[in-house]
Amino acid sequence: MMKRRVELKNIQREIYHFRLRLALSLGFVLVMLLILLARFVYLQVVKYSHYQTLAESNRISVVPIVPNRGLILDRNGVVLAHNYSGYTLEITPGKAGDLEGTIERLSQIVEIQPRDRKRFKKLLAESHDFESLPIRNRLSDEEVARFAAQRYRFAGVEIKARLFREYPYRELTSHLIGYIGRINESDIQQLEEDDSAANYRGSDYIGKTGIEQSYESKLHGTTGIEQVEVDAGGRGVRVLSRTPPVSGNNLVLTLDATLQEVADRAFGNYRGALVAIDPSNGEVLAFVSRPGYDPNLFIDGIDEQSWGELNNSPDVPLNNRALRGQYPLGSTIKPFMALAGLHYNKRSPGHTIGDPGYYTLPGSSHQYRDWKKGGHGSVDMFKSIVVSCDTYYYGLATELGIDNIHAYLSQFGFGKKTGIDLEGEVAGLLPSQEWKQRRHQQKWYAGDTVSAGIGQGYDLVTPMQLALATAILANGGAGYRPRLVRQVQRSGDSEAPAPEAGPDFDLKLNPDHFSLVKRAMVAVMQPGGTAAGAGAGTPYAFAGKTGTAQVVGIKQGEQYIESQVQERHRDHAWFIGFAPADKPKIALAVLAENGGHGGSTAAPIARKVLDYYLLGKVPQPLPAAAADEEEHD
Amino acid sequence: MIKQRFWPRLRKRFTLHLDPVLLAAIGLLMLTGLAVLYSASDGDWGRVLKQMANMLVAFGVLWLAANLPLHYLLRTALPVYLFGMALLVGVALFGEISHGARRWLNIGVATIQPSELMKIAVPLMMAWYFEKHEAALTLKNYFVAALLLLLPVLLIARQPDLGTALLISASGFYVLFLAGLSWRVMGVLLVAGLGSLPVLWSMLHDYQRHRILMLLDPTQDALGKGYHTIQGTIAVGSGGVLGKGYLNGTQTHLDFLPERTTDFIFAVYSEEFGLLGNLILLGMYLFVIARGFIITADASTYFTRLMAGSITLTFFTYAFVNMGMVIGILPVVGVPLPLVSYGGTSMVTLLLGFGMLMSIHTHKKLVQT
Repeated sequence: MMKRRVELKNIQREIYHFRLRLALSLGFVLVMLLILLARFVYLQVVKYSHYQTLAESNRISVVPIVPNRGLILDRNGVVLAHNYSGYTLEITPGKAGDLEGTIERLSQIVEIQPRDRKRFKKLLAESHDFESLPIRNRLSDEEVARFAAQRYRFAGVEIKARLFREYPYRELTSHLIGYIGRINESDIQQLEEDDSAANYRGSDYIGKTGIEQSYESKLHGTTGIEQVEVDAGGRGVRVLSRTPPVSGNNLVLTLDATLQEVADRAFGNYRGALVAIDPSNGEVLAFVSRPGYDPNLFIDGIDEQSWGELNNSPDVPLNNRALRGQYPLGSTIKPFMALAGLHYNKRSPGHTIGDPGYYTLPGSSHQYRDWKKGGHGSVDMFKSIVVSCDTYYYGLATELGIDNIHAYLSQFGFGKKTGIDLEGEVAGLLPSQEWKQRRHQQKWYAGDTVSAGIGQGYDLVTPMQLALATAILANGGAGYRPRLVRQVQRSGDSEAPAPEAGPDFDLKLNPDHFSLVKRAMVAVMQPGGTAAGAGAGTPYAFAGKTGTAQVVGIKQGEQYIESQVQERHRDHAWFIGFAPADKPKIALAVLAENGGHGGSTAAPIARKVLDYYLLGKVPQPLPAAAADEEEHD
Repeated sequence: MIKQRFWPRLRKRFTLHLDPVLLAAIGLLMLTGLAVLYSASDGDWGRVLKQMANMLVAFGVLWLAANLPLHYLLRTALPVYLFGMALLVGVALFGEISHGARRWLNIGVATIQPSELMKIAVPLMMAWYFEKHEAALTLKNYFVAALLLLLPVLLIARQPDLGTALLISASGFYVLFLAGLSWRVMGVLLVAGLGSLPVLWSMLHDYQRHRILMLLDPTQDALGKGYHTIQGTIAVGSGGVLGKGYLNGTQTHLDFLPERTTDFIFAVYSEEFGLLGNLILLGMYLFVIARGFIITADASTYFTRLMAGSITLTFFTYAFVNMGMVIGILPVVGVPLPLVSYGGTSMVTLLLGFGMLMSIHTHKKLVQT
């Protein structure tokens, strides 16, 4: 009874209920389809350009084409930095897996020295996993062939053909040309700040020091672009467009490579620096800092051993002495002091003093000694330069006062950067009352002025600065900002050298004053002068001045005896000079570290440079410093 | 009595149980599939011909199923289900491991994937069970039916093959729903299901969790697990309204799309034919589903109604899940786009279902006339 009722009910209601549920299902289907449709519209209409861009960037890979770096030539076209193509073996750590094992297996095919491994480790620490890092450079053809045959064994290892930078003159031009090195994090930051990071896509190297650094923007060139359609594996399918790279500009330097070599060789075993300038235009003809180093070692990252050797050497070969070495002026200050005395009317040319061999300040018993015991007797301005009389300048300085000295000498560029087109220059130091107060919170004492008169006070100068001052002096006051690059040659067309411009400034020295000092400097190189030996027998008029810069102070009442002083505590020898005296073609400053006397060590170096530059004479050993010459400045 | 000639008679005999409307709709979808496959495989005729062969075999299965009288179908339900369950247990015990999952069973001549069989066997069994107890359905019957569903689903889920398990769950649920499971029970189940989500989560394998997480933020692992979704979405989105044109999809032809002949073939289609193409494709699917619903509504018995409804809804579910995963609204589960993706097994299973639909429709007509 009960069951029948249920059955009857079911037959009617079942169809109804089923159809209801079927209709609901259809509704469900439609709703779901609408959801799909909404998503389609969102993706394909609303966000279309977004996904379009994504698909394009998936598809198109922009491949940078690295430009060739510009060459660096000397003024005569001698190549100082060039590129050569060669093979390098590179590992991409991210793809290689077991690095140690890979290198070990590679070393069975290609010679890999411990220093290569060390250098690779250093690179590895500085780089990302996906970068390709060189393990060996300059592979021989045979090594390339051997690797090519076995390359299937080495995942993530590739032979790459690349341009290598090379500096054929090595140590000789190291401080001038500098070197390029692999781009590191701080370089990247700098590039981003300069907004030039895009131009360095694909570039591995950048100038780190010297000309390579200062002229980076000229040398690098413009990176080309290739748009390549790639598949998901990153393989190029076809090239869509190509913008060729523009090679970097070649630089023609003002330097004369042979002169540089002559100058360097003239130093013999001395450390030191030499800067030679053409006074008529500021072109730097020679730029020596000894010892140098081999810049080629730095290009792909220097290995630790070589770095340690360079960095710990007592000779500090990495120090650019010409640009950054600061030394007391010594007696090379005297021609400039003489001009100051004349300028401020504190001395007339004929004014004569009697030199007892020392100087005392009024009301003081402290003796400021002349280098020559017993003094030079009666000394006028001409003689004061020729024999380098200290007593004369003690008195002159005291009468001028430090602030006049500061004002006058700073015109010659002392105490400020020369503005040479090389980075890292230092300013030296030209003291003044104001400076001492600021720096030492001390007042200026009269005794400070006395020492300053002979360049043994607070003053410091770089060889570069002294060379510039000498060039200004040689010119009678007309000054040119020193420069190393003569011409920037755009790839393809050659840009004419910058037209001869007038001097950057002119002190307009009084011709009479100038002529007196010049004659005295010529006499320095003649018998009776402090550099007579180095000046002997020149067919050209040679003007010069010697100097010594004290390394250790000598106490009151002590004697400086060269032979008893440790080699590294010996005085530095200075020499400045120019020639021909009447129409100078070259002015220079020479510093021989621990060389002792300017006349005997620094001046002969200058002589060899002048002989080559003015006479074309390839140097033979000059006669040893003449016995008749007084062994001092 | 007119003596009929041989060919027309044969033709009539051959087409008697085929539904021309449904056949035309699925044929159109299959042709579309072949065209897209040609593009997705970079013009590989070999692959296209293979797929044609698959279709031929599947059509044979469809024809046989369509000609199978309904009482045979009813009678096969229990043995097929039991056979399938036995295979599943066999897989669990002796199955071959491939890609970290135990899904295949080596039966000597070939390896088979029993879970594929269960896609038909489970709803068939459930419909059979409801038919048997049609006279007086109580909550207990629904419970037993649910158990019939849950047993194979759990076995498949622990293979692990979550995608198939969920799809079979869906097809089983459709039977329960159409059989009149009360709203109250469904409400309780829904709440219980939501409540058990954390438990389920803890039971999932790492790769399964990954796929779900990737759905929330595919960019987290752009080159790993999220790659499929990202590249699929890019392909669809960059297709725009009109598409990039046939054979011109860059995502497809430059190899960015993974699995582009199988699970991600929809991305190929959508990239090349755009929103307009998608509308046409949805239209074709909707047409097939609508035809399925008409057949369902007209079905004469309880069993055939449940069966037809489940087959139709399951077909829709496949299409929805596949497209949903390609465009990043569902996790990436291994579900092919029905009738379009390359692959023999799913083609056979699908056409078997359509064959049953046709059988349900045509045998009823014969009964009525």
